[in-house]
Amino acid sequence: MSAVAVIAGREVLAGVRNRWMLAATLLLGALALILAFVGSSPVGAVDATRLSITVVSLSSLSVFLVPLIGLLVSYDTLVGEIERGTMPLLMTCPVTRWRVVLGKFAGQVAILAVATVAGFGIAALVAGLGEGGGPEAWGAFGTMLGASILLGAAFIALGTLFSAVVAERGTAAGISAAAWLVFVVLFDMALLAILVADEGHAVSGELFRVLLLLNPTDVYRMLTLAGSETVGALSGMAGVSAEAAFGHGVLLPVMLLWIAAPLALAGLLFGRKEL
Amino acid sequence: MAAPALALEAVTKAYGRERAVDAVTLSLAPGERLALLGHNGAGKTTLLKLALGLTRPDGGGVATLGCAPGSRGWTAARRGIGFLPESVAFLGSMTGRETIRFYGRLKGVGREVCEEALAQVGLAEVAGRRVRTYSKGMRQRLGFAQAILGAPRLLVLDEPTGGLDPDSRCAFHATLATLAGRGTAIVLSSHVLTEVEAGTDRIAIMRAGRLAACGSAEELKRRAGLAVTIRVAVRPGGSARLAEALGGRPAERINDHAVEFRCSAGEKRALVERILGTGDAVEDIEILPPGLDAVYARFGGTQAEAEGAP
Repeated sequence: MSAVAVIAGREVLAGVRNRWMLAATLLLGALALILAFVGSSPVGAVDATRLSITVVSLSSLSVFLVPLIGLLVSYDTLVGEIERGTMPLLMTCPVTRWRVVLGKFAGQVAILAVATVAGFGIAALVAGLGEGGGPEAWGAFGTMLGASILLGAAFIALGTLFSAVVAERGTAAGISAAAWLVFVVLFDMALLAILVADEGHAVSGELFRVLLLLNPTDVYRMLTLAGSETVGALSGMAGVSAEAAFGHGVLLPVMLLWIAAPLALAGLLFGRKEL
Repeated sequence: MAAPALALEAVTKAYGRERAVDAVTLSLAPGERLALLGHNGAGKTTLLKLALGLTRPDGGGVATLGCAPGSRGWTAARRGIGFLPESVAFLGSMTGRETIRFYGRLKGVGREVCEEALAQVGLAEVAGRRVRTYSKGMRQRLGFAQAILGAPRLLVLDEPTGGLDPDSRCAFHATLATLAGRGTAIVLSSHVLTEVEAGTDRIAIMRAGRLAACGSAEELKRRAGLAVTIRVAVRPGGSARLAEALGGRPAERINDHAVEFRCSAGEKRALVERILGTGDAVEDIEILPPGLDAVYARFGGTQAEAEGAP
């Protein structure tokens, strides 16, 4: 078994044992079920399936919760092990620091993926079984699920980076909280404020599109909501999607870059760290 | 001669302006057991970290199992290293067996070897319990089991016997002796001088980042030039005859039953012969070499600092 798989396995085991996986699944599942029941009641009025509406609701939920869970599982991944004293032992084993970073990352993404698939899956089954679904709605749900895992992976990569930069767990927690606030709340508010103040003079449609790519949560929104016509129409993203006409061919690589770049930087910084 | 398991050449490491390790040169042959002594903050742990590649030297060279830490082949070279850190820590939510199997997989050793190591440190019975429920001594033993997985060629132990009960200490030293017999080079830092004297081939004493002395216990005692105590049990009235025979040589303690003399190692033989020459005044004679604690005080302790010893 490769060292990455061994370390990922330990991470998953720890996630199961300290009930992180269960807590994340229950949280996502419970909120998703509520949304599936309550959020999809206006089905009759518009031409949409229950599942399509649930997908829209779930993706709005994901944008807040998935980054939070991602940061919570990863913010002390490296600095925590250094502080607890488990890292020096690991680093005298025949394994490179890159593999340690990758293994821990892979394990945490697995935890988040299981929680997302299980939690959202239950809600989708409730909403989409029988006449509630349809091929297009299920496709949109699959895209949303995949994009949620990618979004989580991006924030796990960011958390890993924070834990490689700082010397204390507390600092990493602070930076993670700030990052969540910036990416999930402040960035879009700031962008909106600029757009309103500017009245379309300096910030062109082109620039706006590029600015959206600077935030993984916006990339996620475009990936899920603009991907499907029905879902886009329901979410009010039809206008945005026409304006910000990035296809998955652009959005997917950008999302992957949001995962790879912080992770690479984390590996580089951790490689230089003295233990 | 076989290539050294560990070779440090004028290795230096500073944290800020303080030199934690200052131009230390040290070599360890396969099968050799070296004890590292020194005050807290003398640089022992930093020296071990340098040997393990956990920290980089500012100057000098390190070759561990023939490989410079961080160079090509260093990852593979680490297969031959076993390490027990000073305050060993494991994930509390994993069981002892899962913990050992985790390190076993990373080191490429099989399930049987892991079980053997657990049995060797006396944890086989409790290996199914979570590490969180282990006592300090049990965690230390688990750490030791992890360190000896796959018969390492170099074993680095940072204060390994803290928290161990006397039985576990005995078993620990027996395991070290077996490993050394099979060619494992062992370096351990410790504060327990009696253990160190019995269980190691060479002693290195560090003071303020420098290597103050290095050699076998006998060598160090000789080099320290510490006095040997000769204790003579005398028959009634014998102490006066003894004093006469030795020409009024000052004695440490005189009563009707015993007299003690101090002399240098060089004088010892001649003095003993003169004492025995007094015939039946002497009932018994004991020669007490200086203890390791005296040697340590001479090279590494506060006495050395006061005297500005080398």
